[in-house]
Amino acid sequence: MGLTSDVSVLIGGEAGAGISAAGVSLSKVFMRGGLHVFGTVDYPSLIRGGHNFYMIRASKDPVYTQWDSHDLIVALDENTVHRHIKALKPEGGIIYDGEEIPTDNLDIPKEMKNLFAVPLKSIVKEVQGRPVVRNTVALGAAIGVLGYNIEIFEQILRELFTRKGEKVVAMNVNAARAGYNYATEHYANSLLFQVELVKATHKDRIFLTGNEAVALGAVAAGCKFYSAYPMTPASGVLHFLVALSEQTNMVTFQAESEIAAINMAIGASYAGVRVMTGTSGGGFCLMTEALSLAGMVETPLVIMLGQRTGPSTGLPTYTAQSDLRFAVHAAHGEFPRVVIAPGDVTECFQFTIDAFNLADEFQIPVILLTDKHLLESYTAIPPFTISDITINRGKLLPLAPYSGKQPYQRHKLTPDGISPRLIPGTPNALIHSDSAVHKESGFQGDDCAIASKMADKRYKKLPNLLKRLEKVPRIKLHGPKKADVTIVGWGSTKGVALEVMRLLEKDNVKANFLQVIYLTPFPTEEVKVALKDQNPILVEGNQTAQLGGLIREHTGIEITKKVLRFDGRPFNPLQLTRRIKEEL
Amino acid sequence: MELPTRSNVKTNETNTWCPGCGNFGVLRALQSALVDLKIPREQVVLVTGIGCHGKIFNYLNVNGFHGIHGRVLPVMTGIKLANQDLTVIGHAGDGDQYDEGIGHFPHAARRNVDVKLFTHDNKVYGLTTGQTAPTSIKGYVSKTTPLGAFPPRLEPLKIALASNASFVARGWVGDVDHLKELMKAAIQHRGFALIDMLQVCFTFNRVQNYQFYRDRVYKLEAEGHDTSDYYAAIQRADEWGEKIPIGIFYKEDRPIYRSSLPQIEKTPLVKQSLKVEKFSELLQELM
Ligand SMILES: Cc1ncc(C[n+]2csc(CCOP(=O)(O)OP(=O)(O)O)c2C)c(N)n1
Ligand code: SF4
Ligand SMILES: [Mg+2]
Repeated sequence: MGLTSDVSVLIGGEAGAGISAAGVSLSKVFMRGGLHVFGTVDYPSLIRGGHNFYMIRASKDPVYTQWDSHDLIVALDENTVHRHIKALKPEGGIIYDGEEIPTDNLDIPKEMKNLFAVPLKSIVKEVQGRPVVRNTVALGAAIGVLGYNIEIFEQILRELFTRKGEKVVAMNVNAARAGYNYATEHYANSLLFQVELVKATHKDRIFLTGNEAVALGAVAAGCKFYSAYPMTPASGVLHFLVALSEQTNMVTFQAESEIAAINMAIGASYAGVRVMTGTSGGGFCLMTEALSLAGMVETPLVIMLGQRTGPSTGLPTYTAQSDLRFAVHAAHGEFPRVVIAPGDVTECFQFTIDAFNLADEFQIPVILLTDKHLLESYTAIPPFTISDITINRGKLLPLAPYSGKQPYQRHKLTPDGISPRLIPGTPNALIHSDSAVHKESGFQGDDCAIASKMADKRYKKLPNLLKRLEKVPRIKLHGPKKADVTIVGWGSTKGVALEVMRLLEKDNVKANFLQVIYLTPFPTEEVKVALKDQNPILVEGNQTAQLGGLIREHTGIEITKKVLRFDGRPFNPLQLTRRIKEEL
Repeated sequence: MELPTRSNVKTNETNTWCPGCGNFGVLRALQSALVDLKIPREQVVLVTGIGCHGKIFNYLNVNGFHGIHGRVLPVMTGIKLANQDLTVIGHAGDGDQYDEGIGHFPHAARRNVDVKLFTHDNKVYGLTTGQTAPTSIKGYVSKTTPLGAFPPRLEPLKIALASNASFVARGWVGDVDHLKELMKAAIQHRGFALIDMLQVCFTFNRVQNYQFYRDRVYKLEAEGHDTSDYYAAIQRADEWGEKIPIGIFYKEDRPIYRSSLPQIEKTPLVKQSLKVEKFSELLQELM
């Protein structure tokens, strides 16, 4: 029996059975045991019944996405076995309740030996727990068969349940321990491997989703107002910010619609605070009229757009990268904007802070383009710190009395197109913002000279914006400068691309990965340079290769090789590697 | 700190309302109300919708936000939550608020965010040249309803009452002093306030003209209406015919939305530091 440090575990069961919470707990066990961890949940849009599953990948090396096949399946219902048996590695095992699910029902291929029947329900009865405690027993058993450390799990349970009192803590710890004991007594050393414990329990990392990272980025950036209407997969930002709101002194607002949410955010921004709103494609459709308003009145605004499968209601709880063109072009009229696509949780945090600064410095809307796979998948990373964060509010002046000789003009023409920004409440100044074409004063003025002057003013920001963006990574080229194949992608496919690079390497195919981060303004020169003399292949989660189209539009380079997926599911590393090889 | 005066609340912008438009009365009433209330101009924000009513943005020299059609209420809500020290007054149209923006209306009322909504209810779409509005009476003939509007008119006061608005009033532009006093009461009220203003569209509405209202309006206060009596308010709101009541229908003291937000109990958001204290503590749950 050998030690492994690369393991994939799938936990499955009915919706509403606490699958995601179980997945997070087991992930944290691995994280505190010193492994890198990635976790992702797959769930249909319903509340009870149906099938949910959580996939954990843990390894001594960094992990960026889930794996195609699993070492262990924790089946909290029979359906889980039927659905996922094909994705179980031949040497892997299944934990299930042998008293509830007759083994004969399972229709398991002969070569699968590791059937770990554990009397989950009976153990729950013994420890006098509620039915969900079954998950705790099963996780204890999982830790048992994987040869991992049960104390870490017990500690996590203690932290999780202290608020509910010592009795609940004890019951859960007993349940975990009973599952663990049962597994070690009956199935010790059944698996050909044990998962390596790198170090004893240490709380030196955080395990979080893209939603939480965006929310924390907003907090770190000094966002004071977040208004949103719930919509998967963006709701996590709202939930997390609401939970933190008293500690962060932020006003979080569940608006009556996305139209209300964005107009509230614009109002609060006009009044001088940093604001954000968040939604998914359908909600973003409703926001577009006000997006154009923000562009016209030059009010800073950050919008997080979390893509899911469309068109229309589509697959509400599944991922997609099909709103790239929409984010880049949404809203009527022309005005400068920024569209940034973070590719992992660390980038979610950092780029959210950048988004707030850019919005303030240039008085424009900034869109953070994310998706379900990024927003609702978890990664273990070192904790964020804020000591080195700069907050730049651009030409915003605090509420101190205005002392200019001329009356204050909100839209004063300046060489860089950006006007000094005062806010209502400033003594000796009045702030006029008009969605109609306006004069420097902000009052309406519809003669043609003003219309074109003001349009020019807004676009005058562009050269300086481009200069400013030289300081941030608008693209990243991962891996060697020159390679046999260059994967080209954006957003959440970063994770799988990094995994595929390693796999191709093993097959002696030298690969690198061009991650396009800024979609507007498009990093034309950077992309041209990065693609020079390369053999590029597009990998996108959409049907029409939207990034490919943008690249062609801006650089003239047409990338003909593509691997596209648009069924709502994220790419898996082995599968994508195969498809890339087929294209080469 | 500059107090409003009769002259400094005016702007030099060219007025483009039709001669005889009821909006002039609204503007006069609002200017006088602000002068009477002595709120420094920089502390007042006027939020307006899109329509003839929205042009008032150009004629009143306080802070102003001329947003998009139908969205006066959410913009006001954002401003007020960001800086509760500001007096936030919205001017919306009947098409603007009761058609395009109707979804925001009951919510603003029930939340009791401390903003004031003054709707220019001219029972027609003015700026888009005279289409039927939601408040147009049944049978109203316009280019969009040549055979007469089919549905009964939408009744904003009843919707406001049903949505637990804490201040519900109706004013008439033919009596500027009365309208001014209503505006003052609304602004001084702690909470959401609606004044539905019977504003005459001189150009397009041939039915609800000055004479129509002169013949019909009466003042609730003259009839001893009890503004704390919810059911009496509903009954009065139901009157529309030979007699049309104006004045305060209902007024109630109840906690404003802000009282549910300890974050801004003492200091408005806009005056708070952007630096987060104890950021690392926020990460504990994720470990
Ligand atoms: C989203 C949107 N739809 C339509 C319009 C066109 N529009 C401008 S004003 C208006 C209606 C005006 O009627 P009302 O709100 O009653 O204002 P009034 O002119 O009567 O004061 C319409 C439909 C618009 N500006 N925006
Ligand atoms: S169209 Fe009617 S509401 Fe508009 S300015 Fe003329 S009279 Fe007034
Ligand atoms: Mg109207």
